[in-house]
Amino acid sequence: MEILACVKRVPMVGGRVVVTADGQDVDTRMSGFTVSPHEECAVEEAVQIVEREGGSVTVLTLGPPEAADQLRDMLALGAQHALLLETDGREWGPVATAAAIAGAVTRRADSGEPPYDLLLFGNEAADTGDYQVAIRVAHALSLPVVSGIKRLSLAAGGAQASREYCGMQETYELTLPAVVSVKEGINLPRYPSLPGRLRAKRAKIDVFRPDWQPEGLRKTGLRLPQETSGRARILGSGVDAVPALVALLDELGVLS
Amino acid sequence: MTVLCLVERDGDGVADASLRALSLARELAASAGGSVAAVVFSRSGGFGSGGFGSDGLGSDGAGPDGLGSGGAGPDGGAEADVPERELAAFGVADAYVVAAGAGYAPAAWARGLAELAVTCAAAAVVAAATERGSEVLAHLGALTGQPVAANCTSARWIAPGYWELVRQRWAGSLLEDAALEATLALLTVAADAVPAQPVAGVAGVNVQAFQPEIAAADLQVRAVESAERSGGVSLATARVVVGGGRGVGGPEGFEVLEELAGLLGGTLGVSRVVTSQGWRPHRQQVGQTGTKISPELYLACGISGAIQHMAGCLSAKHIVAVNTDPDAPIIAHADYAVIGDLSQVIPALVAAIRDRAGAA
Repeated sequence: MEILACVKRVPMVGGRVVVTADGQDVDTRMSGFTVSPHEECAVEEAVQIVEREGGSVTVLTLGPPEAADQLRDMLALGAQHALLLETDGREWGPVATAAAIAGAVTRRADSGEPPYDLLLFGNEAADTGDYQVAIRVAHALSLPVVSGIKRLSLAAGGAQASREYCGMQETYELTLPAVVSVKEGINLPRYPSLPGRLRAKRAKIDVFRPDWQPEGLRKTGLRLPQETSGRARILGSGVDAVPALVALLDELGVLS
Repeated sequence: MTVLCLVERDGDGVADASLRALSLARELAASAGGSVAAVVFSRSGGFGSGGFGSDGLGSDGAGPDGLGSGGAGPDGGAEADVPERELAAFGVADAYVVAAGAGYAPAAWARGLAELAVTCAAAAVVAAATERGSEVLAHLGALTGQPVAANCTSARWIAPGYWELVRQRWAGSLLEDAALEATLALLTVAADAVPAQPVAGVAGVNVQAFQPEIAAADLQVRAVESAERSGGVSLATARVVVGGGRGVGGPEGFEVLEELAGLLGGTLGVSRVVTSQGWRPHRQQVGQTGTKISPELYLACGISGAIQHMAGCLSAKHIVAVNTDPDAPIIAHADYAVIGDLSQVIPALVAAIRDRAGAA
């Protein structure tokens, strides 16, 4: 089983987002970078499948040279190969990103290496939340695709994938090769082992530089939404605050 | 100018998220002097016997809607599928019932929308940013080669093929102003940020059936639904949610929070760190990658208030935080706070509520 798992480098945002002075980007001077949570689960799922069925996992990202850090993080989780689609740091939209990923998959198929049986994505990136790269890649490659998946099982050239919809379980049958985007909760990603980290540090990362293309959707600026509330009214400290808390709950009508 | 709006159902009515999408679609159409037409997908997959040939699609159409072969004619069947009164209340004068095969097949729904957009010369297609709405519009974007603007909070027409919009990033913690250049504008609507606004003036809905050409490949990936899952109070719809975060300290600390949730007729929700540590299952996670909640009261205990968590609880009517750190970000989002150790405050609160109930 040859699996491609795609991840996106995103700022590690904590208590608040800070926008740069020119209003064009998230200020990352004080934050590190990580991959979107859904994508970390995509990599974990890929590693678990290969542990069961054999084969190899290639992790791919599209981003600046520094995005190699995120690929090494994913190699440390157990992926075997890494491919960086290197950009000049400009923000790429979902259309161009999907085209670059589809191009990488096609090049692999043309190279004589075993083609990918499964392309895994996160359901949507933590930052832009475009919800479309996996589906655009599938269309470009004429592959079946399903998104939002919380359970995936493989059997005899096919996959069964499930997700929740309005409290119901929806199940999809797919023939391989296929594209699947997953959501956090499909598994619990492992922490990287020390040997895994050491192996990742030395691993070779393949680099390809795709051509940027403009998109029909263009960001003109970023801003923070208006704060709806200020600071909380402090009811008190420790257990001394309990009577005030009970009175509040009573006032809110949640005490029966 | 026509703006098509995908309408999803909730039982026999219109899903709340779709009412919000209709509200934004109406604003978008109004900015160009146009109107909104609703698009619903036939539940049975067809209307009448034509269209799908011998592949068996639509054969289960003689269901509760009275559709399918031998049922009402195309128009009669189509009308039975449409929640007309609700649509009219949201300013919809035209609706299309699209037959794209029984069940939900995202690529087939997208194909139906693509063909309908051509047939009625639509300038835009809008859908709620639900699981299905987002998925179908992504397919539609790929099919038509058009960009998709996801999670919009407002949008307006500027010139032919040119639109301006605001959309959410980071699940609403950040807003993006954007320009959209497209021959067919495709937008999903961030439902939690757009109110559902009814409008007077539409008396009735003109319902038309639409039969797209669906290829076999479009139906290859299709949902099979299983029985509804049972369970206690659903996190998404709970009236009270008691939240626990890193400050709970370990898996054993959640017992008292669950006890409190039970006393308040609510349920437990947790932050991402709790599920990443394996302390609680992921289905209890509140946040960007978990469940979005909108309770009357969210009592957040030992939760710092990272934006990814707040994105899941901003629709809570009242937020009460219990935290040892008066400078934690959650204090800036909460309405009320108790500064203190939850391992002391919550058991004392549980005891006080029990005393009160005993005294009553």
